[in-house]
Amino acid sequence: MEGGLNVRASQVLAVLASGMLFGFGLALSTMVSPEVVLSFLQWRDAGLMLVMGGALVVTLLAYRFGPLVLKRPLLGGEFGHHVAVMDRDTLVGAAIFGVGWGLCGVCPGPAIAGLGAGQVELLWALAGIFAGAGLQGWQASR
Amino acid sequence: MTSTLFPLGWVHYLSGGLLIGSGVALLFLLTGRIGGMSTVFSSTWSFVSRASYFQQERFTGGRAWRLIYAAGLIGGAAMWWLSFGGGQRLSTGVPAWQLLVGGLLVGYGARLSNGCTSGHGICGLGSLQVPSLAAVLTFMATAFATAQAVLAWKGG
Repeated sequence: MEGGLNVRASQVLAVLASGMLFGFGLALSTMVSPEVVLSFLQWRDAGLMLVMGGALVVTLLAYRFGPLVLKRPLLGGEFGHHVAVMDRDTLVGAAIFGVGWGLCGVCPGPAIAGLGAGQVELLWALAGIFAGAGLQGWQASR
Repeated sequence: MTSTLFPLGWVHYLSGGLLIGSGVALLFLLTGRIGGMSTVFSSTWSFVSRASYFQQERFTGGRAWRLIYAAGLIGGAAMWWLSFGGGQRLSTGVPAWQLLVGGLLVGYGARLSNGCTSGHGICGLGSLQVPSLAAVLTFMATAFATAQAVLAWKGG
């Protein structure tokens, strides 16, 4: 699937189905509503802890035990790894991300998923995120 | 206790979170991919920008599946809307400038940090990455501070 649009149908369906579960979860947990996220950040509703916690537990189990039970992913390829490095960019970027998140109550997943629930106002956030990512990449290229 | 911690109830939060995790888990078990969401905003730039940062293999290689993943996100939320959402379109009272400026910082910061709430918070912590834990603690701290400051400034 890498590198082009000539991709296997099973791979496309797998990615699409995974994204749909993710998007359904974001909508069901009301994370697509900035007000709900902001009420967590304002310490009025602890719900986001349950969302993050629930998602984390399932992911932890899959990342930990998937590669022990399966030699390779069910549709082929290799198991990937999330590689994070402890450097200035990781922490400065996270700090800036947090300021933006606290200001608007929208992070990348809900900005995209919200559109599916008719939350068209989130196009403002989506445009901002896309521009911010562009600015970062342009700066890193110089 | 639960009514003060969760004035809107807690079942939908937990079940939604479990579904989000199931999506990330399914993607991994079927294809081996790590499904954070912020990378799509860089990889999609690689279609239109010649800038060397965007033309790295890690973006050009994954840009097709990441767009499909994003389309799935929209489709899944639409399924919720049509089934449980009651057909009322969601809307927000957060002003457009706040969404735009906040979004700009979210996009810039998440890409500089190489991860967001899902990339560091779910996938990074899910693979027990210490840098991701540091990133999560950092963005939680600045997000709390910013949200409280905005609340105070608006006189809430």
